[in-house]
Amino acid sequence: MTEGALLAAEAVSTGEAVTFWIVGPVALAGALGMVFSRNAIHSALWLVLTMLGLGVFYFVQQAPFLGVVQIIVYTGAIMILFLFVLMLVGRESSDSVVETLRGQRQAAIVAGVAFAALVGAGIGRAVYDAPVVGLEEATADGGNVVAIARILFTDYLFAFELTSALLITAAVGAMVLAHVEKEPSERRTQKDLSTARYASSRPGTLTGPGVLATSNSLDTPAILADGQPAADSAATGIEMRELPPVPDHDTTPTKGTPR
Amino acid sequence: MTPTYYLVLAAILFTIGAVGVLVRRNAIVVFMCVELMLNSVNLTLVTFSRINGTLDGQIIAFFVMVVAAAEVVVGLAIIMSIFRTRRSASIDDANLLKY
Repeated sequence: MTEGALLAAEAVSTGEAVTFWIVGPVALAGALGMVFSRNAIHSALWLVLTMLGLGVFYFVQQAPFLGVVQIIVYTGAIMILFLFVLMLVGRESSDSVVETLRGQRQAAIVAGVAFAALVGAGIGRAVYDAPVVGLEEATADGGNVVAIARILFTDYLFAFELTSALLITAAVGAMVLAHVEKEPSERRTQKDLSTARYASSRPGTLTGPGVLATSNSLDTPAILADGQPAADSAATGIEMRELPPVPDHDTTPTKGTPR
Repeated sequence: MTPTYYLVLAAILFTIGAVGVLVRRNAIVVFMCVELMLNSVNLTLVTFSRINGTLDGQIIAFFVMVVAAAEVVVGLAIIMSIFRTRRSASIDDANLLKY
């Protein structure tokens, strides 16, 4: 080990190393779980785990302000926004398994492993022996937040002001994109809906979920007279429960109903 | 260990995000993978800020967070409007700029 490596190793305390080896695998597992979970909501929750781990790393690496911003802005605001959109999009958010390009997944994984090895080895060799200066001197006068504020409002003032323009543009753009212009006449009245329903092949109300089934929960389809589950009784947006085999109605007495 | 370990972890996280962008079909999950890539770059910036002993890396990471927040707002609005017209959040279905 060279002298630089010794210096670099001294910059990291044992507690930090322990934190790294605990939180690092957790963050890695979160990232892998995000990529490989079928359900988009599970992906979002895995990503929250990774972002919390990165927030811990910021705290450990003398960046408490960024750690707080990471937890509040990323896990608090951005991921909640993701979850809101997932809820709006609904069950369509599940991923399709159809491969449009043959072998794309394998190629992507191979390229990813190669890229990680290349960049990781490159960075590792380039800066492994670099002496770690540490931020004690830079944040000596008033601590991390004061030092960041001092630089932000002097050297980076113009960029900071541009940020305000960016945020306003983004807010306006989101409103323009998400807004739907609707004429009052476009709205279907109750009369229109009723006419359309009687013109259809099925004017009556659809069967509710759980009717004549073994359970009355919302995820149980109704059972038709021939014992088959009624597909149109399924509630939208939730996964239907697998029904147990239907008992023979002639031999088993129905419990709780007067004969 | 040295702070280099953080850089290697950030490289691995970036790669996972990139592979996710290539592999996943759901536009929202692809977007989350992009967020993961931005986050790993932030970790790199914070680590280099510590190695070099200046706060500029942390400032740039802060700006990255601001830009990422704006990007998420606009991007999710675009995904919502695509979903409204095409009833699908799959990136394979979004092959037209209009209709």
